[in-house]
Amino acid sequence: MSLFLAILLRFVGLVALLLVNGVVLIYMLRKVLARLHLRIGPNRTGPWGLLQTTADVAKLLTKEDLRATPTDRLLFNTAPYLVFVPAFMAYIPIALSPVLVAAHLDTGPLFVFAVLSMVPLGVVMAGWASNSKWSLIGGMRAAGLQIAYEVPLLLSALGPVMIAGSLDPLRIVAAQSGTWLGFIPRWFVLPQIVAFFIYAIASQAETQQTPFDMSEAESELICGFSNEYGGMRFGFLYLAEFSNMFIASAVGTLLFFGGWQLPWVATPLWLAPIVFIVKVYIGIYFMMWARGSLPRFRMDQLLGFAWKVLIPVSLVWVVLSGVVIRLVSR
Amino acid sequence: MPDSVAVVPFVVLAIATVGGALMVVLSRNVVHAAYWLLEVMIAVAGLFMLLSAGFLALVQLMVYAGAVSVLVLFTVMLTLRRREDAERPLDLSWAAGGVALAVLVTTGAAIVAYRPVAPRGAAVAPNVASFGRLLFTGWALPFEIASVVLLIALVGAVWWAGGDRP
Repeated sequence: MSLFLAILLRFVGLVALLLVNGVVLIYMLRKVLARLHLRIGPNRTGPWGLLQTTADVAKLLTKEDLRATPTDRLLFNTAPYLVFVPAFMAYIPIALSPVLVAAHLDTGPLFVFAVLSMVPLGVVMAGWASNSKWSLIGGMRAAGLQIAYEVPLLLSALGPVMIAGSLDPLRIVAAQSGTWLGFIPRWFVLPQIVAFFIYAIASQAETQQTPFDMSEAESELICGFSNEYGGMRFGFLYLAEFSNMFIASAVGTLLFFGGWQLPWVATPLWLAPIVFIVKVYIGIYFMMWARGSLPRFRMDQLLGFAWKVLIPVSLVWVVLSGVVIRLVSR
Repeated sequence: MPDSVAVVPFVVLAIATVGGALMVVLSRNVVHAAYWLLEVMIAVAGLFMLLSAGFLALVQLMVYAGAVSVLVLFTVMLTLRRREDAERPLDLSWAAGGVALAVLVTTGAAIVAYRPVAPRGAAVAPNVASFGRLLFTGWALPFEIASVVLLIALVGAVWWAGGDRP
């Protein structure tokens, strides 16, 4: 029975992490964007508007579940789950500390990317099932974008994996402990700076944030693939988007910024999850900063950029770092 | 069935695989059929996972479920001129029946003739590290040949599609 209890506890822990993240991130996004736009942001519900997202969740949960008649019923009902379940599963191999991880997989980052490659299918499903031109265009754009940017995303993750010589998140983080020359933290962002920039761009595209939010593009597509959704079905689509933001930043922290380790000093076990979460939220802050500052690209520019610039650059970088790693390790 | 495989998950995944494959054929809507195909691919990835071939399961998920299905969906959605065309009529012609019968007979014969071979060497599937080492040492040449074949297919597809040919 204790096995089932352990699985149940981990499951509940992951759900709690996901939901709390969602609530915090929505509030944070509003405040950060407001700050960048020289506005105040939510400030009416609770002190500093802190209860705004709670109120939104209550609204989404109690809203009537509307469905337009000409929609494809089966696909329309399935799509939010096809988007949400992978986003949830991607939390499984994320190691908050050496011991705090839902399941210790020796293929951690690969598992995250494999599971998240299901998301565009759900987005296309939502777009098609809605039976609306705007939704379909949004869905197709999202799928085309995510297929294109998945390749540089995977290739950029290869650099740190090659240095660490392992796909295991624990060993990747362990390889980043200590310092170079006594004062530079051994984080892979330094030797893999090109890979990090590719990862940052590609993950921004994968999470569909503003320079790449062609699938939503409020000014042209209203709200893209989630147009016809309301109530908690919309809530699932929305929550998945925010949880993907957390996942992208968390994987980036594990691969490039030394995971749960503090620079220079040894990290006590109780502090590790806090350090990790703080690092992830700093990463998310930068993602939101880009979101608030950059204008939206055109679809053909984005696809051309992915296929003609990012993929060749990341391929050359993989070969180059392979040669250098071989020479250094001799 | 080897007793090392958990029975309940295997039965669930087997039903999901075979049932999904049936639904691919039986559903009249091509878009639904494409999504049932996706379901079959995910269930097969689950079967690989059950056989503790984790890497194979992830690749199955990423390549077949993640990329091939999207390709199928794009093709279906972009070639449908009207949305109503997604519902295909039932084809009861002799030619269709003949093709179906031929496939049935061939597959049936293959299943009857199949004799399972016990795997040589280790009884457990290798982990990613040893798999990768094997792939790039002992099997480096077949691996390179496969990648060259894929590259040729890629270049050929680009040439075929034309683009801005003068």
